[in-house]
Amino acid sequence: MVELNAKIPAGDIAEKWDNYKSDMKLVNPNNKRKFKVIVVGSGLAGASAAATLAELGYQVDVFTFHDSPRRAHSIAAQGGINAAKNYHGDGDSVHRLFYDTIKGGDFRAREGNVHRLAQVSVNIIDQMVAQGVPFAREYGGLLDNRSFGGAQVSRTFYARGQTGQQLLLGAYQQLARQIGLGNVRLFNRTELVDTVVIDGRCAGIVVRDLVTGEIASHAAHATVLCTGGYGNVFFLSTNAMQCNVTAAWRAHRQGAAFANPCYTQIHPTCIPQADDTQSKLTLMSESLRNDGRVWVPKNADETRSADQIPEEDRDYYLERLYPSFGNLAPRDISSRAAKRAVDSGRGVGPLKNGVYLDFSAAINRLGKSVVQERYGNLFEMYERIAGENPYDVPMRIYPATHYTMGGLWVDYELMTTVPGLYAAGEANFSDHGANRLGASALMQGLADGYFVLPYTIGNYLAPMLNKATPGVDHPEFKAAETGARARYQQYLDIKGTRSPDWFHRELGKIIWDYCGMERTEQGLEKALSELPPLYEEFQKDLRVTGDGASINQTLEKAGRVDDFFQLGMLMCKDALERNESCGGHFRSEYQDEEGEAQRDDENFAHVAAWEWTGDPMNATRHAEELEFETIHLAKRSYK
Amino acid sequence: MSNHLTNLTLKVWRQSGPNAGGHFESYRIDSISDEASFLEMLDVLNEKLIGDGREAVVFDHDCREGICGTCSLMIDGQAHGPQRGTATCQLHMRKFQSNQEIVIEPWRATAFPIVKDLMVDRSAFDRIVEAGGFITAPTGGAPDANLIPIAKPVADASMDAAECIGCGACVAACPNGAANLFTSAKVAHLNLLPQGQAERWSRVEAMVETMDEHFGSCTNHGECEAACPKSISIDFIALMNKDYRKSKFKNRKLIDQI
Ligand SMILES: Cc1cc2nc3c(=O)[nH]c(=O)nc-3n(C[C@H](O)[C@H](O)[C@H](O)COP(=O)(O)OP(=O)(O)OC[C@H]3O[C@@H](n4cnc5c(N)ncnc54)[C@H](O)[C@@H]3O)c2cc1C
Ligand code: SF4
Ligand code: FES
Repeated sequence: MVELNAKIPAGDIAEKWDNYKSDMKLVNPNNKRKFKVIVVGSGLAGASAAATLAELGYQVDVFTFHDSPRRAHSIAAQGGINAAKNYHGDGDSVHRLFYDTIKGGDFRAREGNVHRLAQVSVNIIDQMVAQGVPFAREYGGLLDNRSFGGAQVSRTFYARGQTGQQLLLGAYQQLARQIGLGNVRLFNRTELVDTVVIDGRCAGIVVRDLVTGEIASHAAHATVLCTGGYGNVFFLSTNAMQCNVTAAWRAHRQGAAFANPCYTQIHPTCIPQADDTQSKLTLMSESLRNDGRVWVPKNADETRSADQIPEEDRDYYLERLYPSFGNLAPRDISSRAAKRAVDSGRGVGPLKNGVYLDFSAAINRLGKSVVQERYGNLFEMYERIAGENPYDVPMRIYPATHYTMGGLWVDYELMTTVPGLYAAGEANFSDHGANRLGASALMQGLADGYFVLPYTIGNYLAPMLNKATPGVDHPEFKAAETGARARYQQYLDIKGTRSPDWFHRELGKIIWDYCGMERTEQGLEKALSELPPLYEEFQKDLRVTGDGASINQTLEKAGRVDDFFQLGMLMCKDALERNESCGGHFRSEYQDEEGEAQRDDENFAHVAAWEWTGDPMNATRHAEELEFETIHLAKRSYK
Repeated sequence: MSNHLTNLTLKVWRQSGPNAGGHFESYRIDSISDEASFLEMLDVLNEKLIGDGREAVVFDHDCREGICGTCSLMIDGQAHGPQRGTATCQLHMRKFQSNQEIVIEPWRATAFPIVKDLMVDRSAFDRIVEAGGFITAPTGGAPDANLIPIAKPVADASMDAAECIGCGACVAACPNGAANLFTSAKVAHLNLLPQGQAERWSRVEAMVETMDEHFGSCTNHGECEAACPKSISIDFIALMNKDYRKSKFKNRKLIDQI
């Protein structure tokens, strides 16, 4: 039976983290090398954790299904990273970042974790600059900032439109140094396919070598999953093609509770789908909303091109509805507003499936060269994909799945409900509540990896010194290996008629239609009635060609889609049980007269953590009550 | 707005493993939207192959936004295909025409052995970075980020170099299979910054020598720059060469660095 003890340290909110650090157990530097830590994933969270743990002296093994650690999906983040540096003297502070994140998350995150995140945000920027991340600078040579949705201060650091790339290269370089020094062993093109729990502790993992198909076990004192989010359950999302839920899901099946799976984020500024071969959607950084104005024609039967539509026939609906935040209203709010504009028939573009994001005012005000300096590469990217030049014609955008706030439940130490198994970065549920603010995922990944895990893991390992732990010849490891071999062989043996991608698309359609931007009880019931038969068909009619003894991307995909099916069911269940609207979870039944989300703090100010029972349709729901000691629960208004 | 291209013939390199012999196979794409990306066209091909009970073509890809550097195809003899400054995954079918034959091959370079079909092993790049492509800055203890102002043009030049996505097109395009553009981009990114000065000379020496162990030598063909999806400038190679020459002297006379 799962027990949810968040282990929040005592004391005033601003002192909790310091109190924790002064009370925690330490491992003496010479003893650190006696401990083996497995880090799965080499994105911001994984690379930073692995490099730091290795610097401290632990033996670290890193696993990634990518060919190089540098290719983790973090590389694709564009806009920026938040930090409460207050370099611009505009009133920013740790407290304000803490407050904005709690409010942005619609009061569904844990105060203790979020405050720590805001505290260490400032160290992240120092660390990354020391490593050589070429952040944007002002002419005087100091760091430049921009503002992002959901904040009224300028606290976002950026490196052109490639902030994620530059941060990941920084963390990757630090990891590469440790690999070169022999302190980290890297297993690339290797996928976690199971976690192994022995005597109530995580004893290690089972992996599949993607090149040879071999299944093997790895034992460690502690295991950290930094395996990213599950947005690809929707099939179409802004995530990279290989992003998947397998690592988190396999851990869930071994006893790690999965928290708030229904909290998914739809990003308002993506390029609308163009046709049905579309394999993924491309995000246009939210930073564009700093200077772009969002509008649709006032009339549904508008036929003129954008430049021919006079001001009085345009509806700048974000500026109209949310005067104080305007085009910078938070993501969930902007996304729903776009959906409503398109649903009202006022969508733009050949398929009428987008809204305009218009830079003409900015170009007039700032000049083309300033706009180019700020967004040049994003404009180029848009032109490559959409075939239109945004300097002349407004961009067309539409919301798409982008980020998943839900994930493995973790306590203050980032430990899951399985002792010795940690989750960091997007893979955990910890800091963003029901909605993540822009530029906060990079911050969280690096906070977890650089400044939290290296401390909290020591607290767990210290008492284990010189105690024997199970090795890979333990029967539980052997059983897990046999299970994994059978699983992949099974996909090959079905020999049905449909590819994994076909099933993935069908799954994605159901999840998007019923568990996407707006959800209803009826829709979710429908999804829950359609998913099991489709999953059964998957198990009977899947076709995987090729074999299991050399690289086989169809086979890899089959395993991932299998896990997405099970997660999809849990997501819909979670969404159905949460009878309120909050952040990214919008249930049409729960809205006020103006169409804004209506929370139910009385009954739902808690985290829903699901326990695996053998069937995702019958998972057990546990609740961790959220206590707001510092910030008062209030209606989240951006008017 | 969407038009369709019809009757495309794809000549695709198939090779079952690193040590197997390879060959071209021809496939037909009857019709594809010009809004589709090149890789989406290969997705369509693979769905068709699976439908016919055949093995899908293996190719590397991930972000499909031109940033992760995973995609890597020689298209009609050009690394990343015909559009300049564009990675394979961002290439769209509107750049092609109906009835065209398109030849698709993996990167060809001694340092990048073929894993299967169109997928190659580029880990030699990681070895170069492990040798010195970093700034030694262990976690914790970093000074305030604004303590060292960096002139904007310097930060911008460093960023120009740092944009490299590590795709390997420069190596694939080079008649010698040299990795000078990739290596010089990493060297320049760090050697231009004030933070990178302490290890400037040891970095360039270690990286260049590791590069030489794995890759061919540069004879200034300039094909790399033309193939690079990030348009990384060949000027960085000059900078690396200059620093490398100096390092031979400086690394031996440590006092000169002061
Ligand atoms: C297009 C886009 C733009 C974004 N822009 C921003 C932004 O501007 N600011 C911001 O703050 N956030 C942004 N985000 C969100 C942010 O990028 C991610 O949330 C964050 O980078 C996730 O980092 P991570 O380390 O948790 O995981 P990832 O970077 O996704 O890394 C996951 C790692 O796990 C490995 N892995 C996964 N499963 C397995 C397995 N089973 N076995 C072995 N290895 C495995 C992968 O190989 C990879 O190395 C953006 C996201 C997208 C999609
Ligand atoms: S220099 Fe250009 S071509 Fe070479 S690896 Fe970097 S991005 Fe690719
Ligand atoms: S797939 Fe990422 S750069 Fe092409």
